Amino acid sequence: MGDKILMKGNEAVAEAAIRAGCRHYYAYPITPQSELIEYMARQMPLAGGTFLQAESEVAAINMVLGAAACGMRVMTSSSSPGISLKQEGISYIAACRLPAVIVNVQRGGPGLGNIAPMQADYFQATRGGGHGDYYTPVLSPSSVQEFADMAPLAFEIAEEYRTPVVIFADGMLGQMMEPVVFPDSYAPQKDPSAWALGCKREGEFCNHIINSLFIDPAVLDQKTRELFAEYDRIRQNEIRYERYNLDEQPSILVVSTGTAARVVKSAVDALAEEGIKVGLLRPITLWPFPYQAVAEAARGVKKVLTVELNMGQMEQDVRLALAGSCETAFVGKAGGLVFTPEELTEIIRGYAS
Amino acid sequence: MRIVAKRTRGLTSARLTYCPGCLHGVAHRLIGESMEELGIIERAIGIAPVGCAVFAYNFFSCDMIQVPHGRAPAVATGLRRSRPDCVVFTYQGDGDLAAIGMAETVHAANRNENITVFFINNAVYGMTGGQMAPTTLAGMKATTAPYGRDVEDTGGPTRMCELLATLEMPWFITRVSLLSPKDILKAKKAVKKAFKNNLDKKGFQFVEMISTCPTNWGMDPLRAREWAKQEMLPVFPPGVYKDRGAEQEDAS
Repeated sequence: MGDKILMKGNEAVAEAAIRAGCRHYYAYPITPQSELIEYMARQMPLAGGTFLQAESEVAAINMVLGAAACGMRVMTSSSSPGISLKQEGISYIAACRLPAVIVNVQRGGPGLGNIAPMQADYFQATRGGGHGDYYTPVLSPSSVQEFADMAPLAFEIAEEYRTPVVIFADGMLGQMMEPVVFPDSYAPQKDPSAWALGCKREGEFCNHIINSLFIDPAVLDQKTRELFAEYDRIRQNEIRYERYNLDEQPSILVVSTGTAARVVKSAVDALAEEGIKVGLLRPITLWPFPYQAVAEAARGVKKVLTVELNMGQMEQDVRLALAGSCETAFVGKAGGLVFTPEELTEIIRGYAS
Repeated sequence: MRIVAKRTRGLTSARLTYCPGCLHGVAHRLIGESMEELGIIERAIGIAPVGCAVFAYNFFSCDMIQVPHGRAPAVATGLRRSRPDCVVFTYQGDGDLAAIGMAETVHAANRNENITVFFINNAVYGMTGGQMAPTTLAGMKATTAPYGRDVEDTGGPTRMCELLATLEMPWFITRVSLLSPKDILKAKKAVKKAFKNNLDKKGFQFVEMISTCPTNWGMDPLRAREWAKQEMLPVFPPGVYKDRGAEQEDAS
């Protein structure tokens, strides 16, 4: 392991991506992810890779489509309104079964919203986002270290299942500085030569075609079923979550992710000192969502609270997980406001009494 | 028996899905022949657009990808920067290239991306059934301009070669016609020159081909060709609009 380096989340994830072998990056400037595109502009040429500032997010994701079709480790990043623009391309990348990594450093919405951290793109991220029947794995970090570690993880998942993967960060994680340690080695890229365009081929030339048009409904049905068989495999293998303060039976279970979960942890610790047992289940993969883990953690609790930086989106997944077996409540803030540990402690204490 | 003509290796044996009398087949053949003659079938990557040529991935025998409407030059950018030794080409219609894909076209040209863009201009949206395109002529009828195109309301026919030629960076911009055998021979030369320039990594090559759409124009193929000669060529004059290679030769 290397030394600890103090870095912004936006820079750490960029550095981690380059170290993990990403050599193609296309993006368009938007706050609060600008440090990411600027870091790539500086460092990608030094690593011998391709950096290009595209004319739009639409163009950027289609450049990603091109590089992914050639089997390159390719990444793009943006923030909420820009991610909306990329959805057409993400749908094509998913349909064409291509690996790519998309970082969303979320900001306030809807509309132009503001540049403060939110988690309001949850529905978009976890329900495919673009048109058609598809999902993308969604990784949700809650520290700069975890944000950085998700770059290589996202490439590994993207290549194993040939799917776009979304890293679901926010303006807080992108902008704040924390110490980061980068591993000494990374998993090698999976060989794409069986399907990628423009690669050297053994024997007689047989062209490769990448396509998402299946005019015969029976064929499209079959292709979609193949895609969903792969999603089953992702559900079996890739569900990730953290259990915090859940070893002893808590009275309240909080489900929270990303930046919101950090504040929840402080509240859980403060309440533990008061003798109030509160547990946290932090989904790390938002799709696939850890439904079973939430249901198990909720056994015997008085209430399940979902804490989000939005008006209640993941809360719907929590209720799906519980299927009416437990009382639930939602605690959220919109507008880019973030809870202080004190106010969240007080809110949770109110539910515990 | 002597073989006087045969299918080019640049095209597959799949049956074309274009309407009778459509000139896409001619354009495909020119591109296929040029790839074969330059020996680049194994190192070419083609892009099928959204539009009549959406199935082009079935027809060209090189590597192919089908991409979102209008985004071919952006995808081509990702392809060619990943595979600098490949020849990357797009094949786009007027709606794809000059309407929804205008931004991608202009910026790829301005970056002098080392790609070839084949632009088939028949002044109408074909695949969706004859709607107005950016290149639809003034007064010309389309299903979404049923009273004829009113340029005061919907703008005039977009001249892509002239527009792109105002940029400093693109390498080669030309407009050819597919309306007569003589024109087709000229068009072949332009196709080959564009590919050759890409092999030499010269940058952005733009070959506009004036074509017809007998089905949506409501004409038989011969009449469509005559109509295009009379009505389209004056608005879209064939010629070389930019040739940085020739400029360099002139300067030296």
